[in-house]
Amino acid sequence: MRFNRLSSRRVIDLVDVSKRYPGAGESFAVRGVTLHVADRELMAVLGESGSGKTTLLKMINRLVEPDTGAVRVFDVDVKTRDVVELRRTIGYVIQNAGLFPHLTIGDNVAIVPRLLQWPATKTAARVDELLELVGLPSAAYRERFPDQLSGGQRQRAGVARALAARPRVLLLDEPFSALDPITRVALQEELRRIHRDLGLTTIMVTHDLVEALTLADRVAVMLRGELRQVGTPAELLNAPADEYVARLMGMVRGQAEQLDTLLGARE
Amino acid sequence: MSELGALVRGVPPLLASHLELALIALAAGIAISLPLAIVVAHRPRLSAPVLVVAGVIQTVPGLALLALMVPLIAKTGGLGVGVSAFGFSPAVIALTLYAILPIVRNAITGLRGVDGAVVEAARAMGMTPGQILRQVELPLAAPVIAAGIRTATVWTVGAATLATPVGQPCLGNYIFAGLQTRNWSMLLTGVVAAALLAIALDALLGMTERALASRDRRRVLVPAGALVILVPVVLFALPALASPRGGHEPTYNAVASKGVRPPVTDIRIGGKTYTEQYILVEALRQRLERVGIHVEVVQSLGSTVVFDALDKGDIDAYVDYSGTVWTNLMRRAAGPPRWQILAEVEGWLAREHHVRSMGSLGFENAYVLATRRDTAERLKLRTLADLTARAPALAIGGDYEFFSRAEWASVRAAYDLNFARTASFDPTLLYDAVVAGRVDVVSVYSSDGRIAAHDLVVLEDPAGALPPYDAMILLGSRIASSPRVQCALAPLRGALSVDLVRRASLMVDRTENKSTPQAAATWLLEAAHVHDDDCSDAPP
Repeated sequence: MRFNRLSSRRVIDLVDVSKRYPGAGESFAVRGVTLHVADRELMAVLGESGSGKTTLLKMINRLVEPDTGAVRVFDVDVKTRDVVELRRTIGYVIQNAGLFPHLTIGDNVAIVPRLLQWPATKTAARVDELLELVGLPSAAYRERFPDQLSGGQRQRAGVARALAARPRVLLLDEPFSALDPITRVALQEELRRIHRDLGLTTIMVTHDLVEALTLADRVAVMLRGELRQVGTPAELLNAPADEYVARLMGMVRGQAEQLDTLLGARE
Repeated sequence: MSELGALVRGVPPLLASHLELALIALAAGIAISLPLAIVVAHRPRLSAPVLVVAGVIQTVPGLALLALMVPLIAKTGGLGVGVSAFGFSPAVIALTLYAILPIVRNAITGLRGVDGAVVEAARAMGMTPGQILRQVELPLAAPVIAAGIRTATVWTVGAATLATPVGQPCLGNYIFAGLQTRNWSMLLTGVVAAALLAIALDALLGMTERALASRDRRRVLVPAGALVILVPVVLFALPALASPRGGHEPTYNAVASKGVRPPVTDIRIGGKTYTEQYILVEALRQRLERVGIHVEVVQSLGSTVVFDALDKGDIDAYVDYSGTVWTNLMRRAAGPPRWQILAEVEGWLAREHHVRSMGSLGFENAYVLATRRDTAERLKLRTLADLTARAPALAIGGDYEFFSRAEWASVRAAYDLNFARTASFDPTLLYDAVVAGRVDVVSVYSSDGRIAAHDLVVLEDPAGALPPYDAMILLGSRIASSPRVQCALAPLRGALSVDLVRRASLMVDRTENKSTPQAAATWLLEAAHVHDDDCSDAPP
């Protein structure tokens, strides 16, 4: 029922977008997808590899241009916006963070503020603030290089970097899939907290069923480039729209029942 | 020890021009290669042909690439912009081409090696393509690019030694002259100096490379600072220390306006790459310095380069041979008598090139075929006609050019010579080859003292298939009319007998009790009783 707390204003609209990559023949990476993401909503896009979920995400910051259809952010068609300026207003986090290996953590986080020519003192203060926010105390981590950090710490730094210029939209592409389960759960909770505290509108691409269902306000399920169902975790579990979604939810239920059995046996 | 001391004192100016040549070629190579690599790195359709072309250039042997530049520049009118085909320009262009491959190849590899996820993150953060290149791709590729520049540096410093024959002074001067006059300490001095230069630059660039690969980019300042200090020291301070007179820069651009002849105070003398030429250059220098003319010497020029250099005014004088001009430049066949060829050559030079001949020095340096005395006796060889029947069982050796020269075709046709094998040698090693029996007949030079020293028998040429080679001083148009130059050089006309020249050459070539070309020239002028006119009244 978390969805009910959200305002109904839409921040991101993908309207009937399709994409076919050159050389891929007749097969679509994304086909006829329409998806609306509301203000302050955390949307998970769930799918197997090759389902088109990353392509869909990249249409929002124009790393991929759709062949047909329209993408709007805050009611403005992204095609009408300068691509460089657009991207500087949207946070983006990828698997393994994509930190620049030749720059310190502090300099990595400061990239977008410096591109926007913030004053040096403002940038420095923002870097400190963000590193604290993601749990990397600035004094200890600012001067370190990415390869001196653990995978989880790098991912935290990646989130800090994405948030540097106070974007209102955050895109995450498999941000936690390379992490060990304990680190992953800790980071998922922190993401949830940051998302809520900063009032972000967040889209997270994932192939992890449990992550999608436990973290997101709503989940969009994709298969072979097409959107199969969008709904709250409860809606997906209770009213799967088709056999594919039903099978996915069945897997989650099966796991949950096994856990219950284990817990029951202990008691 | 004093000989070595003199050699070492001669190094700084050569080292300076060597370094200058190598650094300018490298800078040009980097300026061409880096933008090229940036443009083609992510375009496989473009990068493949670029790498193929650069690779093909690389496979051309360095000496050939340098030598090719001379006719290429000359034939295209200085590449269309009047670039000189002599000295610095052809050398720097060839070395630049040579430096391109390692830099381009490494830069492409380095740029392609940048993690795609990092570049995508950069794009997603709103970096422009230029910002991604400068702030992400180039810094991350820098260690690999630096390694390419390092490779190119070592190659270029090594290949720059080959700039001597196109008229660019460099450490190759010691190597070519040392090899030709069997002066091994001179040869080694040149080699060691070039090697030390390459090692020093390699070490500095190695430090740069490691600094770039490390976190602390400030470490780059150490090797960069060392370069900033070292390069000017080698280029300016060392040569100034070595020649305290210094600062004397002759100007060669004095263009004669009609009817007014500028006085001749400076002369640049050229010489080819063999002992006799090193001695004759010194003899000319001594004669000209005696009358107060400042002389600069450009030694070890390729034989195709030296005439063009005189023709273009890059040098003012050198000694050539009538037969060389006759066959190579005038493209005429042997046949006319010696006096007629000399006269026609002198007329042609004056008419076609405004080049003045000072007349024959008095000796010939012709191609002759010779054998060991025991071979001659065993096979009863006296003339080239006696070789006709024997040649199919014999091997013949010649210098690098002999077998492609008109003289070889002519002598083969005249005597129907079909040797079992031909072998090319460096002239220095030619005598060793025949003495050791690796070849039976050699083409050598009639004024060479080593013919007698090795007791070789020269085979007579009754058919006159080999043209005459009267040695003659050639003067370029700038100095051709100078009375003082005439006064200084005229006593040499007809003064040098072939016997004296042979003895002077042998003084330099022999292994024991060697003379320098300077000392041999002094001896030659004295032994020939070249008299000293008072030239002080002759206008410069």
